[in-house]
Amino acid sequence: MAILETDSKLVQEYQHGFTTEIEEDRAPDGLNEDIIRFISAKKQEPEWLLEWRLKAFRWWQKMPEPRWAHLRIDPIDYQAICYYAAPRKRGEAEGEIDPELARTFEKLGIPIEERNALAGVAVDAVFDSVSVATTHRKILEEKGIIFCSISEAVRNHPELVRKYLGTVVPLSDNYFASLNSAVFTDGSFCYIPRGVRCPVELSTYFRINALNTGQFERTLIVAEPGSYVSYLEGCTAPQRDQNQLHAAVVELIALDDAEIKYSTIQNWYAGDKDGKGGIYNFVTKRGLCQGRRSKISWTQVEAGSAITWKYPGCVLAGEGSVGEFYSVAFTNHRMQADTGTKMVHLAPHTRSTIISKGISAGESCNSYRGLVQIAPEAHHSRNHSACDSMLVGDRCSANTFPYIEAENHTSIVEHEATTSKISEEQLFYLRSRGIPESDAASLVVKGFCRDVFKTLPMEFSVEAVKLLELKLEGSIG
Amino acid sequence: MMTTDSTLHIRDLRAAIGDTEILKGVSLTIAPGETHAVMGPNGSGKSTLANVIMGHPAYEVTGGEVIFRGQNLVDLDPEERAALGVFMAFQYPVAVPGVTVANFLKAAVDARRPEDDKVKASAFLKELREYVAFLDIDPAFINRSLNDGFSGGEKKRMEILQMLMLKPTMGIMDETDSGLDIDALQVVAKGVNRLAGPELGLLVITHYERILRYIVPDRVHIFMDGQVVMSGGQEVVQELEAKGYDWVREQLGQGVAAPV
Ligand SMILES: Nc1ncnc2c1ncn2[C@@H]1O[C@H](COP(=O)(O)OP(=O)(O)OP(=O)(O)O)[C@@H](O)[C@H]1O
Ligand SMILES: [Mg+2]
Repeated sequence: MAILETDSKLVQEYQHGFTTEIEEDRAPDGLNEDIIRFISAKKQEPEWLLEWRLKAFRWWQKMPEPRWAHLRIDPIDYQAICYYAAPRKRGEAEGEIDPELARTFEKLGIPIEERNALAGVAVDAVFDSVSVATTHRKILEEKGIIFCSISEAVRNHPELVRKYLGTVVPLSDNYFASLNSAVFTDGSFCYIPRGVRCPVELSTYFRINALNTGQFERTLIVAEPGSYVSYLEGCTAPQRDQNQLHAAVVELIALDDAEIKYSTIQNWYAGDKDGKGGIYNFVTKRGLCQGRRSKISWTQVEAGSAITWKYPGCVLAGEGSVGEFYSVAFTNHRMQADTGTKMVHLAPHTRSTIISKGISAGESCNSYRGLVQIAPEAHHSRNHSACDSMLVGDRCSANTFPYIEAENHTSIVEHEATTSKISEEQLFYLRSRGIPESDAASLVVKGFCRDVFKTLPMEFSVEAVKLLELKLEGSIG
Repeated sequence: MMTTDSTLHIRDLRAAIGDTEILKGVSLTIAPGETHAVMGPNGSGKSTLANVIMGHPAYEVTGGEVIFRGQNLVDLDPEERAALGVFMAFQYPVAVPGVTVANFLKAAVDARRPEDDKVKASAFLKELREYVAFLDIDPAFINRSLNDGFSGGEKKRMEILQMLMLKPTMGIMDETDSGLDIDALQVVAKGVNRLAGPELGLLVITHYERILRYIVPDRVHIFMDGQVVMSGGQEVVQELEAKGYDWVREQLGQGVAAPV
């Protein structure tokens, strides 16, 4: 009896697949120095930033596209992409939001108007290439916290941006990071002053709307000594037949005793069940634990995108600093994911933890790739990694590629990996108690992901569970 | 309205795994309020019988029927059988990491209620805590992953806890007494007897007489090689304890040579 049919009756419809009719301001397609000058001019950027972009562009032109990931990627025509699309403002008054845009974010369940903002969560919303709204400004200002779009930060806090931009992910870091450095359009900037515990979750929602555009956001978070911040990003895109490129860069800097918690719920459009369309999610995320005893935690729930290619990592440069990576990656249909982390231990007594849960269904392919590097000076350091894969059905695949480079003898690196099929015995046990098969499967999968979900802030852990349930509905039954 | 017959009628039930037939024509009738014991050597097919009644997908039913409340269970999904009031306490309960006992039981209790009438968390927890105390289970277990790292005895208590919460009208207990110390055995019996009454039919699979002192059977069946080979009252248990299965084989005229 076949109890697990992956390509079942229904294909779970992508709920965020609508488009918004909105007037937009667009650059001509293609990429050259003039386009970069156009973007920089649109954003009224200082000269140094334009120069930085051009340097990245020239670097990028000399680089080959990387090919090492376990992915099948259709060639990307970088000249066919639009690098800047902005909704044209209708309400001109300060802080007024185009009602059409506000409705789009409402539909996504993200209130961006101050009067119905989520309690305890400050939201910055990025629509195509620009940030459209930031809520909870007042509370944040009182504490001296800066939370705004990166374009705004360039205008209002140029000294901070200049000091930190590109220090964690240099403009020459990798192909997609260089591309991003050349053309990034928006993203968030957060600055938490010394000793301040940010009283609300900071959250950014990204939405790609315009046809044929790339989204290249750039996020920079700086936590001064003794500060704490929890940041969350969420993302969706309309359903389109063509692939769209999303190449973001995120840089985090934690100084002495500072802590940054960065959570992602990624639900970009994944393409249809035959693999047509969907977002290419090629992202570079890195945190620098520069200060002593600083801590950076990444939690990611990767549930969308045709192809996900990302390795949020931590550079543990401060003595006694801590890096964490918690990941759930779900793939279905023809989706592909090659994701994991890099933990680079540079200082003594540094610790890192990696918990990765990969779930593959349909004909998808889900790979964990992780690097744990312990430098000679990083004595008495420690890493623990646990990478578990679960297969739903028998046409999907899961891989684990752990790389360990330990260069001293006082450090301990532990790695565990398991691959299992969703178990018939577990399903039967739950079903014998009256729980229908699809609910039983969803319980088993949620249980499998629990160690990761529990690291998410409360509100978002509920959201993550719902998202996973929705995704599973189409794959089991 | 037609009165639904809550008697379990198993008629000439046959089941196989691949090409191997394991149940070779089992017939049993269990009326509400009755307790039936099934005893038999290892590998004779007792768990298979329990699993087939519950609808384990690994077994193919090759003949016969299981009628309960007007339906042939063989045609139903396990969850539908559960909804009719059938419950099996597993010989080897399954661990579900990351799913807490409370969440699991809430899902199970809600599954049999209409969409707009799910049990209130407070009422659910109150009942759960009461049974947990009744079964001498450490309340911390409510928030532990289901059967994950539980000892054998703890798993068996958990099965009875589930039975109390789900209140079946047909309970099948597959060696719930095996591996229990005497205190745990009494707790399990206490749990079952709390549920017992004129509504509840029970099928108790066991190797030992001791549990049948606490859960007293109306009928005792000896199971061998996929069939019921002998049925009687409680006296069968004593004879079996005293003389072993060779006595049964002798009775059947099979000689005493060990079966191949
Ligand atoms: N899922 C299965 N796959 C293969 N063989 C099975 C399976 N289930 C049962 N069998 C076989 O069927 C026969 C009966 O097994 P079953 O578990 O029903 O016996 P039992 O009477 O419950 O034994 P015990 O007293 O040891 O619990 C055994 O030979 C067993 O190996
Ligand atoms: Mg058995």
